[in-house]
Order: sequence, then C-alpha cells, then structure tokens
Amino acid sequence: MELPRFHRLRRAYYRLEGTACRACGAIAFPPRPACAACRSADISPHLLSGRGRLYSFTRVAQPPRGFASMAPYAVGMVRLEEGPLVTAQLADSEGEDLAIGMPMEMVTRKIRDACENGLIVYGYKFRPVIRPDGSPSGALDPRPDTRVSDTRPGTSAPGTEP
Amino acid sequence: MRKVDVIGIGQTDVREHWARSLRDLAVEAVEAARRDAGVERVDAIFIGNMAASSLCGQANLASLVADACGLLPVEAVTVEAACASGGAAVRAAYLAVAGGAADRALAVGVEKMTDLLTDGVTSALATAADADYEAAHGASFVALNALLMRRYMHEHHVRREDFAPLAVLSHQNALDNPRALYRQPMTADDYARSPLVADPIGVLDSAGIADGAAAVVLSATAPERRSKRPPVRISGSASATDTLALADRRDPLHWTAVGHAAGAACRMAGLRPKDLDLFELHDAFTIVTALTLEACGFADRGTALKLAAEGRLARDGDLPICTLGGLKGRGHPVGASGVYQVVEVVQQLRREAGKAQVKDARVGLAQSVGGSGSVAVAHVLQI
Repeated sequence: MELPRFHRLRRAYYRLEGTACRACGAIAFPPRPACAACRSADISPHLLSGRGRLYSFTRVAQPPRGFASMAPYAVGMVRLEEGPLVTAQLADSEGEDLAIGMPMEMVTRKIRDACENGLIVYGYKFRPVIRPDGSPSGALDPRPDTRVSDTRPGTSAPGTEP
Repeated sequence: MRKVDVIGIGQTDVREHWARSLRDLAVEAVEAARRDAGVERVDAIFIGNMAASSLCGQANLASLVADACGLLPVEAVTVEAACASGGAAVRAAYLAVAGGAADRALAVGVEKMTDLLTDGVTSALATAADADYEAAHGASFVALNALLMRRYMHEHHVRREDFAPLAVLSHQNALDNPRALYRQPMTADDYARSPLVADPIGVLDSAGIADGAAAVVLSATAPERRSKRPPVRISGSASATDTLALADRRDPLHWTAVGHAAGAACRMAGLRPKDLDLFELHDAFTIVTALTLEACGFADRGTALKLAAEGRLARDGDLPICTLGGLKGRGHPVGASGVYQVVEVVQQLRREAGKAQVKDARVGLAQSVGGSGSVAVAHVLQI
C-alpha cells in the first residue's frame, strides 16, 4: 500500500465514510463523485453505520502477496443497512460459524502484512454481531437493539479528522 | 463499415513452456497465422496481453512483437481489457479493417505466466479487480468468484456437486484438442474430491495458469482473392462494460456486460441466440459459465446447471460450449484466451476441428470476459 494512496483512502478505510446524494437520498459506499442512481453531483460525505447482513463469504487458502500473515482468512460481502454492498475480510470468526444473512458489524483491524515502507494498513473488516449475553447471533436473529461496542474511530461530527 | 473476414489462424500449444519466452510464443502464433493466410505483411498489429509488465517485467509489446516478427515499421499497439484482452485485440483489429484504416490486420494474444510463483501470479491477476476495494482487502480473484458461487448456491438452492457436469464437459472436450493443457478425463468423483482453493471453488472449478499465444489475420472481404483456406466472416463484434467492483453491481449474479456484448454481436449479425451452432464462452470458473449462460439468455436465472446435466451443452447438444476444452480444458493464458476462442470457432466453421468437430457448424459466438464480468467482448463468426 502506497502512502499517498492510503492517505486518500483513510476516511473510507477508517470511518466507513461514503457519500449521500442530496438530490435523491441514495447512499453510496465507496464514496463516489456523482450519484450512481440519479447522476447528480450534489453529494456530501456520509458515515455509514457499519451494520449489515452477510451476503456471501469464502475462506482464502492461497493469499496474494501481502496477505501471508493473514492466512487463512475469510472474505465476504456485507449488505449494509443503508443499501450498498461492501467486500471485506471477516474478523473474529473461524469461518465455520458463518451463514448468509447473519447480522454483521464493522470493526477496524489490520488488513495486511506490514508494508516495506513502514505503513501499517488499518481498515474495515466485519464480524458476526455478538449478542449482549455473549452468544453469537445466528442468521435468523433480528438485528440486536444495541451493538456491543463502538470500535470506530472518528465517530464525532462528520468532517472532523479522526 | 466494410465486411471483414478471418483469413488465417495460428496458435501455440497451451503449456508451462519453461523453455519459451513471451517473444517466442508470440512469434510462433504469428508465423502460423501468416502461413495459414498466405500473407507476409499486415497493415496493423493488435496485441492482446494483460499482465506482461508484472509477469515478465515487459511492457511495450507493440514494439516487441513487431520487431520479433520482422514486421517493422508496422503500426502496432497493445490492447488491455484484463482477461478479455485477447477478445479486445480481435475487436480492435476488426474495427481497423472495417473502418478502412487497414486492409489487413493481425490480432495476437499472448501471455507468459509461469516465470513467477503462485503468489506473484495471483497478485498480477488481482489487478483485474478493484485495487482499493477488493484487492487491497485480500480478495483474490478466486475469492471474488467464490463469493459469487456461494451466493448462487444459496439463492438457487443448488449444491457444489451440481457444477460438476460443467467441469467434466470441459475436460471431456479437451481430450480431442492436442493444443490443450489438460488432456486427461475427469469424473464427477474427481470433482467432488478436488481440494478447495477458496470455498466453494475447488481446483477443478478453475481454469489453469499457463503460457500460450494465438493469432488471427483479418482482411477486408475480397471476393477475387484466392486464399489457401475458406474465409470466415466476422458478422458481429461488440463490447460492453459493467462496474469494476462486484459489490457495486446492482445484482452481482446478473452479468449485464456479458449480456449486452453477446446480444449486440448477435443483433449485428442478424441472429437470435438460438441460431448459434456453438458458443466459446469464458469458462474461467464453473460459476462464470453458469452466469454467462443466464446473462446471454440461454437459461433462466438459476437454471443454467440443468443445461449441463441434460447434456445440452455437449458437442452433440443444442448449444455446444467449450468445444475444444474452453479455458478450463485448454488452459487460460489470460491475454491470449480471447484469441484462442476465435481461432477455435474458425476451426469449427472450416471443419478442421478433427474429433472435436461440431456437426454442420455454420455460425459460432466467441466471448471473452475481463475481471468479474466487468468487461466483455463478443464476436459472431459464420461461413
């Protein structure tokens, strides 16, 4: 991961910050310069909640370069409650307990091996939501009322630096 | 636009060619195509290649190929569309001839993948995905297709074993292709026992990494020309795009670029999909075959696997696919595959496919797909 590139990505990676269209209300992640739904350029930054449901998952046995230390890891797509799908590693899971439809929540984790340039890349991953009594919620559980913890930095007013 | 024919074809074996360089492979395919066409010079060369910069430390294949083939100072350029680079090179050559910029154009697809170890090749192929929102998260190309396969199984209530007939068919057809990488038969049992790469995708769901080159010579139709082989007309040529990242699709299981490209090529040729005698589709993974057949309208959503189970995709079925093994049986030197597909359709239409011959083949579709359905190039050929 290159330094200037990660600087550009930090809001999306750390805060799950996407965009909202002022014209039609559509929420996008990743952020887009113009709305995919109505093509308006009247868009503003929008912090997504990080809650969603698991759309699909897989366990990677042959990692690409830069992910050897993560192997074996699970990757999935999560349907965020605002609408967009996001692809990410899945955290806090052996992979055996995953099921399509299960509630997921965003966490911030180290994404890859240490970079030669010294950069440690943190970003979003998703983990199965744990109920307050410590048991994992299953695919058929309704969304819990409260998340166990809010681990996302920068959850103050949008636009402030993390 | 002028009418365009394929007047010559050439291909190397698809192998792990330890002793042959990218240059060697390109020259072999080009020489074979020129001999087949009975021509020495061309007006333009379009090279299909995805990843020589990463895999071989070599870009600027335009100059490399023109020089190595003894064709200087011919116009040349490399065309890149991820795994559809070969198809895109054929389209670029087609447009040059159809539009009058060239009377004769060469499209050569070449990829040399076996100099690096697996992690290096995986990284090179991952550049077909979204760098910031897929590859940077460790979602390898196989992993992205695995997400699709699992979702497909969930939505349509099919099991992994239901994909076996597609894999078995590709390998069965490859037995009759001496150029193919894999020439051993494969059973549903082998499929069930194959190790998983990114579940539910197993080794036997996936096209193999290999080296190879294929070339076609295109020419403006010239009725008075006597050629060594009967010309095959390119009656349809089209290309379309979709979002780069799978997560940005309206429906990741609906590959609209694939549908648009095939539909536009067929419409241009004045054909309906059921008029096709064969379809060389981009079977990089068994799930891609299923999604392609559905996107092109050959099967309703969720039912493509039934076509395979019923034998309708076999060479004697009503929609033969991958007649010489497809990407899976032939092997998948990524930038070259799109040209191999066109070469094979031409072999079928010329009745030169030997034991792999589809009876009475008169019109065929070749479709090359880049990324996870993010770009598609389709050609209809007929005699």
